[in-house]
Parts: sequence; structure tokens; C-alpha cells
Amino acid sequence: MMEGLPMLIEARGISKQFGGVDVLSDVDLDLHAGEIHALLGENGAGKSTFAKILAGIHRPTRGKLRLNGQPVDVSSPIAAQKLGIALIHQEPISFPDLSVAENIVMGRQAGGLLSRVPWAKIIADARRYLDMLGVSLDVTRPMRGLSIANQQMVEIARSLASDSKLIIMDEPTAPLTPREVDTLFNIARRLREEGRTIIFISHRLEEVRMLCDRVTIFRDGAHIATQTIDSISDDEIIKLMIGRTLKKYMRKHMAAIGETALEVSNLSLPGAFEDVSFTLRRGEIIGLGGLVGAGRTDVARALFGVAPAASGQISIGGVGATINKPSEAIELGLSFVPEDRAGHGIFSTLSVEHNLTAAIPNLIAPSGFISRKREHGISSQAVDDLSIRLASLRQPIVELSGGNQQKAILARWLLTEPKILILDEPTRGIDIGVKAEFYDMIGDLAEAGRAILLISSELPELLSLCDRILVMSEGRITAEFPRETATQESIMQAAVPRTGMAA
Amino acid sequence: MTLLRSIFLRREAGILVMIVIFCAVVGLYKPQFLTGQSLRIVLLLTPLIMIGAMAQMLVLIARHVDLSIGSMLGFSAMVVGLMYREYPDIYWLLGFPVAILTGAVLGLGNGLLVTLFRLPSIIVTLGTLSLYRGLTFIISDARQINRSVIPTELKVMSRTSPIFDVPWIILIAFAIALMTFVIARHTQLGRQTYALGSNPEAAPLRGIDVTKVTLIVFTLAGALSGLAGILYASRWGFVNPSNTGAGFEFQVIAAVVIGGVSINGGVGTVMGTVLGVLLLGCVAAALPLLGIPGSTQNAIYGAVILIALLIDRSVRQRGAISMSRTTS
Amino acid sequence: MTDASTTQTRKLAPARPTWHVVLVRPETMTFFLLIFGLVGASYLSPFFLDMNYILRSFTLTAEMSIVALVLTMVVISGEIDLSPAANMALSACIFAWVQDAGVPMPLSVIVGLLAGLAMGALNAFMSIRMQLPSIIVTIGTLIFFRGLAQVLAGDRSIRVPDSFIGINTVMVVGIPLPVVIFFIVAIILGLVLGATVIGRQIYQIGTNQEAALHAGINAKRIKVGLFLVLGLVSAAAGMMAASRLGSVRYDLVLGGELQMVLMAMLGGTYIFGGRGTILGTFLAAWLLVIASTGMTVANLLPAIQLTVLGILLIVAIIATNFIYARTQR
Repeated sequence: MMEGLPMLIEARGISKQFGGVDVLSDVDLDLHAGEIHALLGENGAGKSTFAKILAGIHRPTRGKLRLNGQPVDVSSPIAAQKLGIALIHQEPISFPDLSVAENIVMGRQAGGLLSRVPWAKIIADARRYLDMLGVSLDVTRPMRGLSIANQQMVEIARSLASDSKLIIMDEPTAPLTPREVDTLFNIARRLREEGRTIIFISHRLEEVRMLCDRVTIFRDGAHIATQTIDSISDDEIIKLMIGRTLKKYMRKHMAAIGETALEVSNLSLPGAFEDVSFTLRRGEIIGLGGLVGAGRTDVARALFGVAPAASGQISIGGVGATINKPSEAIELGLSFVPEDRAGHGIFSTLSVEHNLTAAIPNLIAPSGFISRKREHGISSQAVDDLSIRLASLRQPIVELSGGNQQKAILARWLLTEPKILILDEPTRGIDIGVKAEFYDMIGDLAEAGRAILLISSELPELLSLCDRILVMSEGRITAEFPRETATQESIMQAAVPRTGMAA
Repeated sequence: MTLLRSIFLRREAGILVMIVIFCAVVGLYKPQFLTGQSLRIVLLLTPLIMIGAMAQMLVLIARHVDLSIGSMLGFSAMVVGLMYREYPDIYWLLGFPVAILTGAVLGLGNGLLVTLFRLPSIIVTLGTLSLYRGLTFIISDARQINRSVIPTELKVMSRTSPIFDVPWIILIAFAIALMTFVIARHTQLGRQTYALGSNPEAAPLRGIDVTKVTLIVFTLAGALSGLAGILYASRWGFVNPSNTGAGFEFQVIAAVVIGGVSINGGVGTVMGTVLGVLLLGCVAAALPLLGIPGSTQNAIYGAVILIALLIDRSVRQRGAISMSRTTS
Repeated sequence: MTDASTTQTRKLAPARPTWHVVLVRPETMTFFLLIFGLVGASYLSPFFLDMNYILRSFTLTAEMSIVALVLTMVVISGEIDLSPAANMALSACIFAWVQDAGVPMPLSVIVGLLAGLAMGALNAFMSIRMQLPSIIVTIGTLIFFRGLAQVLAGDRSIRVPDSFIGINTVMVVGIPLPVVIFFIVAIILGLVLGATVIGRQIYQIGTNQEAALHAGINAKRIKVGLFLVLGLVSAAAGMMAASRLGSVRYDLVLGGELQMVLMAMLGGTYIFGGRGTILGTFLAAWLLVIASTGMTVANLLPAIQLTVLGILLIVAIIATNFIYARTQR
């Protein structure tokens, strides 16, 4: 079935570095014309980066690409479009105030700036492409307000309009209803009949099995395997996805687990998470595993008051609490190290000192005026305690490496002497050496009696640090494992969403 | 018809309704407000603002703002006035290309500062507002250009008309509105301007030359201000370095905000802006009739802007809520 | 993959030497311009080296300079306000009108201040509570307040009682009172911005409002407070101007928003928030006085002065952007 199909893309030795860290190493991959090909792997395994290189969003640090036998350099998204490669983003890009029809054709019209807009043709063409996809939409309506499914349809129509030979879909089914997924799959199959190639990036193994011809598995930036879907089982896929040789990081001491620090019951926020309940005790580290988009960060933000839950109960130290803003959470002894360091964490142009003391205004200004001496003393101590590498406390925090910035944020919150510490992907994007330091620190914190909720997508991290691991999928808690019985496979199984399309 | 389209239609219809209600109410007290003569007065109050509003609309749609429109008007008017004074025998129509070109150069200046140095247009045009006004004083030696200097043919354009007793100046204004409509709706330039304002990050990904479009939009705004400049001379018969175009920005911004143009870019129609200008014209015409001193004009413009902003915000909030429920 | 000992750790960027941090910043540019201006101006006229002359010249724009100091804080927090000049005029007109109608002086003053506060509250409500962009809101209120002043005062000047006139003639150790007030306000605000928690938080909000929220800072409340203070101070400044001029017209400090923004920008305030200092604006205020007085003495027409102001604003913002982009990395 696969033989005789012409080769569309040949990738050899594709590598990509971001800031000195290898995100992709030496990937070889072939894609046929007229196939649907899945890219699988954990978060950060490199599949998205590879797709973005094909789509011209990133340039590879090394490696070569051939398209239809000819060497190509996909230098930009526009170049990719001209080469017939289209990327459908997870969150589709569009011009919300322009009509559907215009979004489909934007950037592809011939003629200069003063040339007439052929409205009749644009509208007719747009209708035609959407008909081909079996989608009925009013093409003259603005994009704003369209459901994600329809936005995706518009982007696919765009790729048809530019006669794309390679269409990359990045996690397209996450926001879709089963019926919409059905529609999408039928379209994908039809596109395949036309000789186009689809790359399908997804975590949903059931869907991959239903739709795809071949799968490629990435792990830690490397291409691990490519197989036809029939020749590999789900278990084998998962094993390949996570089967690294686990460096045995073991937590140094087991802390004594004390009384209940945080109790969450039936916490819900429509659209984000539903019916979340768990208990966290002093000295305990609970892991919250799952895939990106499962709702874990939303739970954390609800607990910290950034985006409060709509219903449910939270009690701290046995006493019921309402948390509507972060200052209330801080007063109750909560701290939150957010996932998005640059966006929600650091004040990039301000000094390390200013960043460290941001949450403890009362400590550095007991009389109302900031005491530089106190601030300096507190900051130096914190820098020593966490071994933060910097040139000067006064330098802008953005000059520090990612790992040290993360340490600084952690230090900021430790200065508030929290009883409950929520860490959201604390070691993401951090060098291996610093990671180990972090693991030690987290272990020490638990030993000191703090209660820790650790959100992480890294399975080894969860397994080595946590006393218990909760897994969330699509807004709900799907599993709970005590440390003794947790395995990478069982966590992954619980994390992978079920679309309700089984059998 | 989807919910969104009905909202859009509602905007222009809403302004029209407000105009009708306003005129009806005023007409009750002062029936002479509803005569053809009165309509003529309203229209005569608006041509300059109409042209300025078209300029500002394009800039706002691109997600920028131009506070120097009045100063560009003044400078262009002064250049033309000086030309008429130094060369009294020059063919009067030449004033038009001179004014437009002068304005275009000033507009280009704005555009270059914004694109080359990546400066926020609000501050740049706050600076050029003074800069161009100052230059106006300098080239005119702080002296006014008197009535006698302005060619009669030009002045007469505001009074005579080829059709239905509608003066040339009004026809020109509506022609500009029509031209802007064509540009905005039927040219690539217009569509790319909307796209740029709607999502500036996505624009380069979709093949839009952001620098080029931005430069053209600012230059066009300048050119239109230049045209408004020579029409000022036509309408009022003189050019004064401190008054000509001063405060123009206020009226223009009021008109476009009423007309539904969004400061966030990507949104706005010529029809809405025209109606906004007309509403302001009706208000301005009604004031003397009602015995309300002209000094209240600015307060009314300011209040109108604030009210329009509030209405926009609550409509958008309600719209956002109902939109999240549509599944279409 | 590699293990910890052979992992390439990023080379730590060397910290900028202290002299670099202290000197390479917009305020230094302002300072040098100031010195340069003084030197240049003294060539134009020997008056310049006369301290009294300089101080007296400053009183003419002291009120706007005081407001510009508060405006600086608003800009650092990430917002902008173009209405303070109109606020000054309206508050002054209300004050003058009220006391002209027979209300006793202290009460009139309070009314004037309350009016300014109310105007600040309107700005705060629309910008923060209704989440409208403060740029367009304050353009609207600028027009509205100026218009109301026109309604109230029409074309006439409202006189102010003799007992109230002459604030600029009051001398404190030989310095005119308005200038002293300017110094005091600068010191107070400089302390607040530089040495208190609120000041620190203003910088944090302007740098990254989301991060500030996550750190437990009440950004909305602080911003509302800033708009209110700006409104109040504008009113006070308006009344100071009334005292100096002896009467109030609707067109008091017409176009003054330009000068205030110019002072802030020349002082190195970053338009997008998060950077700027009271010291910078303070120096810039002096720089502007030197510049405009110098131009007047050199017999440059007001027209040219206006042009120069416009050019200065553009140059200032280009330079500020340049410096901040360089030190951003």
C-alpha cells in the first residue's frame, strides 16, 4: 500500500537548538505523498518543533530537507505556503474582524495594493472550498466568534486554496466534539485521496489508530521509530514514547507526613475543570500529572485566586476559605510558582533584588520606607540558600539563565514562608544540573513541613519526587497512584484522553 | 443572519436612529430645523470634518492614531495661501495638487517616524502636532492670509453648485467618502489595512508588507488633511496660522468614535463614519437655533466620545457573552 | 544524553559595571542636555547666570511641572492621561466661579479640589473599571473638561480676589513659592516612587501587570489611586495658576498636555510603562524652562518655540526608546 507512493518530504539530520539546549537532534524522516502520518511523543519531545521547521516558523540549526526530490530551504511561513506546506495551529490564527472568505484568501491575491478586490470570486471560491470540506458556513460573516472547529475548517480551506500538498495539524482534536472530530477525519481522508499528505500531531492514540497510516515517535528530541499503525500496539507506542533509561533520582528522605494542610472538594470551573477533589497534608508532595490542556494549571490558578473556581470548597488547615484574589491566598499561606515564567513570573527589566522581594513588601519596609539594608540582606540570604548564580543582585533578572530565574521566583515565594506551595512545571526548560538542585530543594521543603502540589508533565520527575500522583485528563481527575504503585505507563494511560469514540 | 452581522448592522442603524430622533426632538421645538435650508446648513458644517474623519478612520483601522491632522490641515492651507499671495496670477486650481502633495509629505513624515523608529503613533503625532503647527507659524511669519488673497473661484466653491443647489465643497466631501469606501472595501490596500489592525502579529505571516501599508495609510491621511486645508480656505476665505485646523482633531475623533471605529483597529465603516459626521453636524446646527451658545460645542463632543466609548464597551461585553453561547 | 558534569551551562552575562548602571540611562542624557542648554543659553544672554532670573522664569511653568511629576507616575504604571491640563483649567474655573458667587475662600478651594478629584475619578472609572484604553478615554475627557470650562467661563476672565493673588510673589529664602512647592512635591514623590512599597509596586505593575497580579499586588487599586491623585494635584495646580495670573479663563494652559508629556518623555519615562524617574522629569522641567526662556530671550518667535518643542518630543522619544532597547538585552 505504501510502496509506489512518491516521496514528498525527505528530512535528513534535522537538528534545532534553542539557547544552547538541543530540542531536536539529528532527525531523519520520510513522508510519502498521500498518507496520513502521526507524530507522537511527550510534551517537549520535539514533534511540534519538527513540524514548525517544516512550516517555516523555525529554521533548523543543522540538516537538510528535500521536497519532491529537490532540496528546499523553508525560510519563512510565506515560503512554506508557496512550497505548498500549510500548518494548522492548535489555536488557529486569523484576522477576527475580517470575513471568513477573506481569511481564506488573504495574502494570496495577485496584483498590487490598488488592485480591485474580486469579491464575487472570493466569496464563490470560499464557498467552494468549504463545500469541498463539507462545511456549511456563512462566508461573509466575520471570523470573530467562530467556534474553534470552524476556525480550523477555515484554515484547512486556506490550505486547499493554496493547493497545499502537506498539511500539518497540530493537536487539532483537543477542543472538538466527537461529531466535529468525525467531520475533520473525513476531510483528512478525502485530502489523502487527492494525494495530499497530512501530518497529525496528537496524544490521542485511539484517534491516531482510526485515522493514520503511519506513526513516528519522538523522544527527547530524537526520532525513535516509524511504523505503520497496524504493526504496533498502543502499549508499544507508549513504551517507546517514554522508554528512556530512567536516571534513578531518589528523594533523599521521606518526610513525616502531618495534618491536613489543604482540602479541595468538588472544585469546578466550567470550561476548565470539573469536580476536582483531593487532600494535601503537611510534609507531603502530591504530583499532578497529565497532558498540556488537561486543566492542571487552571486548578492551580483557582486555588491561588488568579481565576477563582465557580463552585466547590477549599479549606486550609481545616478552616473553610474563599479565595478571590492572590493576596487572599498569600495570607492563607499559599504560594504559586507559575508555569509561564516570562509572562506571569518575572519583572524582566527590574533587578533580581526587586524580583526576590516582590511578595514580601512588609518585610522589607516595616516602617513604610524600604530599607535597602534589609532588602539586600534578605536577598543575599535567599541567593545563597538557593545557590542562584548571578553577577550582581542589582542586575536585571532577564540576564539570568532560565534556571536561575526560576530559582529566583521560587525564592520569592519561599520568603513568604508558605504552608502550601504550588509548583507549576518548575523545571521546564532548565538544564539538567539545575534540575537536580531543584529536586533536592523540593525534597527539603517537604521535609521542613510544607505541603507541596507539584504540577509536571515529566513522568520521571513525578515518580521520583511525589508521595502520591494524581492524574488529570480533560478537566477531571482520572487516577490517583500512591508512590509504590505508580509507573510511567499507568500515568500516561490515565493522562491520554478518551474521546468517547472507542470501538 | 448571524448574531454578529446583526450587531454590525445595528451600529449604523443605531446612529441613523439617533439622528432621526435628535432631529425630530429639535424639530418639535423649532420647526425651522427640518427645512431644506437647515439641511444645507448642516451639510455645510461638515465637509472638512468629513474629509478629516476619513483620514483618521483609515489610521485607526490600522491600529494607529493621528493627532496631527489639524496641524497638517493648517500647514497645507498656509502653503496654498502663501502661493496665492506670492503668485497672484497663478491658476487657482493648482492650489489643489499643492495642498494635497504638501499634506502627503507631512503624512509621510509621520509614517516614517512610526515605521522606521518603531515609535508609538500617539506620541509621534503629539509631537508633529506641534512641529507642523510651529512650521505653519514660521512660513507665514505669523501673519494671516487675508480674504483678498484667496482666489474668488475658490471661495465660490463653497457657495455655488452644479447640482441641486449643493455646493461644490459638499460634493467633494462626499466624493472623498465614496473614494475612501472604495479603497477600504474594494482594494487590497484597504483589506490589508483592516487585516493589519485586526491582528498585527499575524499580518506578516499572511504576506502583508506591514511597513508599506503603514506608510501609505499615514501618507493618505496627510494628503486628505491637505485637501481639507485648501477647502478650509474655500469655506472661510482666509488662513490663520493659529486658528486654521486648531481643534480639528477633537471634532474628527468625536465623529469617528460615534461612527463605530475602534481604537483597537480592524473595525470601522465609511457609512458609520459618515453618519457620525452628520450627527455631529446636526448637533452643531441645532445649537444656535436652540439658543445654546457655541461655547458648549467642545463639551458636547467630549461627552459624546465618552458615551460612545461606554456604549461600545457594554455592547461588546454583552456581545461576547452571547457569542460564547453560539455554536454556529 | 549528557550528564550534569559535562552539560554546557550558559555563560553568565557579566553584570554591567556600576558606573555603567548609574550613568547610562536617560536621566543622564537629560542632565547633559540641561548643562548644555544652560551653557548655550548663557551665551545668548548674561541673564541666564542670574539665579533669580532662572527661578522667576520657572514660576511660569511651575504648575504644569508639578502635574508632570504625577503624570510620570501614571505613565510608569502603564497608563497615560492627556487630560490634566484641561483639568487644571476646569478646576480653576470652577473655583473662581464659585468664590465669585460669594462662597468663602476656604470652601471654594475645597470645591475646586473636589472637582479635580471627580475628574480623576471619571478617568479612573472609564480606564480601569470599564477597561477602556486610557489613551482614548483621556482624549475624550480632555475635550470634555476643556469644553465644560468653556461653558462655565465662556469668553471672559473670572477674577480672583486680591487676597488670593500673587503666590508667585511669595518668597521662601529668596525662592518663589511655586518653585519651592515644586521642589517639595518632587522630593515627596521621589521618595514615594523610589523608597516605598507603593512606588516599587508601581514599577512592577508597569513592567508586567500579570506578574504583579500573581505576586499579590492590587494593580487596579493602585492605578485608580494614581488617577485620583493626578486629578487632585491638577486641581491644586490650576488654582495655583489662578493665583499667579489673577484671573482664570477657559483656555488656561491650553495645549499644556503636550508640555507635560514632553517633560515626562524628556526625563526618560518609557511610554509603555515600567521605567522612568521623578528625577528625570524634574531635570526635564528645568531643561524646558531653559529652552523656552532661552528661545524667548533670543527673540525666537513663539512659533519657533512650538516647533522646537515638537522636535524635542520626537527626539526625546527616539532617544529613550534607543537607550531602553540597548539595555534590555
